[in-house]
Amino acid sequence: MPKNISIFINNKKYSAEIGQSVLDVAKKNNIYITTLCHHPDIKVQGSCRLCLVEIKGRKGLFTSCNTQAENGMRISTESKNISRAKQTNLELIFSEHCEECGDCIYSQDCTILDFAKKYDVKITKYEDRKKAYPVHKFGPALEFDTSKCIDCGLCVDVCKKEGVDFLEYKKKGKFYEVCPSSKKDKDCIYCGQCLTHCPVGAFEGVGEFEDVDKYIDAKGKTVVFQFAPSIRSSIGEEFGMPVGSVVTGKLIAAIKALGIEHVFDVCVGADMTTMEEATELIERFEDDRPLPMFTSCCPAWVKYVEFYRPDLIPSLTTVKSPQVIMGGLIKTYWAQKMNINPKDIIVVGIMPCVAKKYEIERSQNNVGKFKSVDQILTTRELAHLLRKKKIDLATIKPDSAKSPLLKPSGAGVIYGSSGGVMESALRAAYKKMTNKRMPKLNLKEVRGIHGFKKAEIKIADKTLKVGVVNGIANAKKLLEELEKDPQAYDYVEVMACFGGCIGGGGQPVPVNDEIRKKRSAALYNLDTKKVARSADENPIIKKMYKDFFNDDKNRHSVCHTSYRKKKKEVFPSK
Amino acid sequence: MKNKNIIAKLKISNLRGRGGANFPTHAKWQMFADANSKKKYIVANGSEGEPNVLKDGYILKNHPEVLIEGLKIALDTFKGSEAFIFLRRDYFKKYKKKLEKLIGDLPITVFREHGGYLSGEETVLCEEIEKNLPARPRTKPPFPGQAGINGLPTLINNIETFYQIAKIAQGKYKKTRLYSITGKASYKGVFELPVDWAIKKILTKTKNKPEFKYFVQVGGGASGDILLASETTQKVSGSGAIVIYDRDQTDAWVLMRTWIDFFMQENCDKCTPCREGSYRILEMIKDRQFDEKRLDDLFFVLENTSYCALGRSIPLPFRSLIKKILPHTRN
Repeated sequence: MPKNISIFINNKKYSAEIGQSVLDVAKKNNIYITTLCHHPDIKVQGSCRLCLVEIKGRKGLFTSCNTQAENGMRISTESKNISRAKQTNLELIFSEHCEECGDCIYSQDCTILDFAKKYDVKITKYEDRKKAYPVHKFGPALEFDTSKCIDCGLCVDVCKKEGVDFLEYKKKGKFYEVCPSSKKDKDCIYCGQCLTHCPVGAFEGVGEFEDVDKYIDAKGKTVVFQFAPSIRSSIGEEFGMPVGSVVTGKLIAAIKALGIEHVFDVCVGADMTTMEEATELIERFEDDRPLPMFTSCCPAWVKYVEFYRPDLIPSLTTVKSPQVIMGGLIKTYWAQKMNINPKDIIVVGIMPCVAKKYEIERSQNNVGKFKSVDQILTTRELAHLLRKKKIDLATIKPDSAKSPLLKPSGAGVIYGSSGGVMESALRAAYKKMTNKRMPKLNLKEVRGIHGFKKAEIKIADKTLKVGVVNGIANAKKLLEELEKDPQAYDYVEVMACFGGCIGGGGQPVPVNDEIRKKRSAALYNLDTKKVARSADENPIIKKMYKDFFNDDKNRHSVCHTSYRKKKKEVFPSK
Repeated sequence: MKNKNIIAKLKISNLRGRGGANFPTHAKWQMFADANSKKKYIVANGSEGEPNVLKDGYILKNHPEVLIEGLKIALDTFKGSEAFIFLRRDYFKKYKKKLEKLIGDLPITVFREHGGYLSGEETVLCEEIEKNLPARPRTKPPFPGQAGINGLPTLINNIETFYQIAKIAQGKYKKTRLYSITGKASYKGVFELPVDWAIKKILTKTKNKPEFKYFVQVGGGASGDILLASETTQKVSGSGAIVIYDRDQTDAWVLMRTWIDFFMQENCDKCTPCREGSYRILEMIKDRQFDEKRLDDLFFVLENTSYCALGRSIPLPFRSLIKKILPHTRN
């Protein structure tokens, strides 16, 4: 059998591989076929029935997503029958989707509305079937409005792929509905992958978009913004810039244009996380404390451990996540320097993540009496706010970012990508253990969007076995390895989202591996351009250790947290 | 040798699957024999989920040993295979013990179905045995004969098919099939009669030919075609059901309502046309009024774009009832 075949689409010849679907071949050759339920991350659903084609010599219509390309096949993507079927199926899809366009994550670019225009669809032909359907609230992180759900199945499958399997089909009356699980041993971890894989905006972050300007004009308060590592290479997409554009300076300028005087880069917080985490790793190594040590920057992973695997709590690093440390620093170190009462400071974090909305509610993350961070806006929410205030990120002149709290090391920047935390901590640990800079700074073994990466790193006379996983399903695989061999790893980084934070639940949609790769590459590229490549080389970090963290109480209050076993907190609403 | 022998016999007998799809059994067995795998599965499908189809239950009640004999032939032919008897829940409850006694040491598991009508669809059946619930159909190809349960070749035949296979092997096959006769029949029940008899002849033979004006639904009690008395010169297709209706006493809207309720209850809601299209048909039936253009569009997407055979089969009985009977129904 030939490995390469050719098929004809609209009378033009294209080469294809055996096993490819007709839709794959079309997509690869930029031939547009309408589809809603196809996502490259997820196995073919075949549920929306919109990607219809005709095949010469065969009767009827075929869905291109689950029709395999065969040598010599002649495909048409447009015909009277195709249009008729697409129009009818679209009318049916609209009959189960209650529109709320102004408050939708796809308000800028709505696929189904585009299709409706193309196929002359009367979107109100049928009365909405789901108008009385419930909104399920997933903690302080997510909402699922089932009156918008078109039953494509992507969220259920991505939740399964994630390794959580919390969304399921339940039969209510005559219909199956997508529902959060009511089982006692299942809970949502707030990763938000359901949201980024939903084609019609049935999921949204809590407060998205109605709360975006909640604190903007807070009277008598100093409102400050801080932004996460991965935002700089993703938010440009919201303003029509090419995927992977780095917009750090523009982002700062745009936030300042909102009237926010003080802007902070969470990468500096990441540098602090790195320093503390490297220290803890060395201590654990030397004191025979439980290994491997697991990272805790990802709140969805922390939730997973606290609910599903509380036995692993002693293995989680006690170091807080970068945004929590940064917020803590703002309300202590910076507040003292600026002579502002921390109770009058409101910290708004711009995050790639909906689980961060949950993380800031954890009392263990407070700094003294105060919440470290007061509000989270996702990348999408900040973009919405900027658009609302008519600030165009694409055209705004970049800010020169003079403040030292806007100057991270390269290691702080790569936190946004799977493997970044590990690489940063290893650079710092190397320095701490050998008093030298790591000779090979680019740890290619732990980079990239692959779900499961392993490496052995030599530091002084020790060999560190490290694992980097993204997606809880991969974390589970790693945990299985540990069951068999408890010494298999010394240090493990877990991120719930595919590719790490660059693929987070708060990031622009759509997302796929191509987009993840570009967002990630942009961060690594920034790293190589920095003079300070390791957290320990960052002058502001050195200064804070000297002036502020010389008091261990400060260090502990700002940088360390604790964990506890959790009960189920998300239930289906009635 | 034995292997070749039975497949050749099946070919000569011209036995076709009795689950409803009418696929030549020898071709299915040949495909399964050709599938290259050490481990294979064999399933006797007793899902029998369509209204008014009773024949698998009849075999389980009256001739379970013939079914087991049929399965034994398959197990002997395909050495090292493992078999299941896949039963709807009430059959499972009633016949499990009896079957297990007959099974003895044979590698046959009596399996309780989880879903309903759709569970009899071959790929859904595989999903159920794999415990992927709620089970939904898979894309074909691959067909279960190539990759079924756990991705391994799986031979799925209807219970009646295995019953007839046993008869073929014993040289006792008389080219008969089991007809379920229900509705306004004088003698309801399951009758074993020649495959090539016309409906009229079957009704006469079983003393079920109505004196009143009647029509029949043939093949299955929901998806079967509607035939007028004048059309009963045809043979019975599908799963062998004949449902007799009184033409004057039957309210076509009520009948359509039972069908659409059945399809909506039993479908898996995976694909747009079947989930939403059937609902919109229900709405019109409730109003006792069709918007013809709308109905035609819905039938069009059901027939042409449904994911599986369930959705594709919905329009047939409606189309024929609307054409033949509805005009005589008072609104």
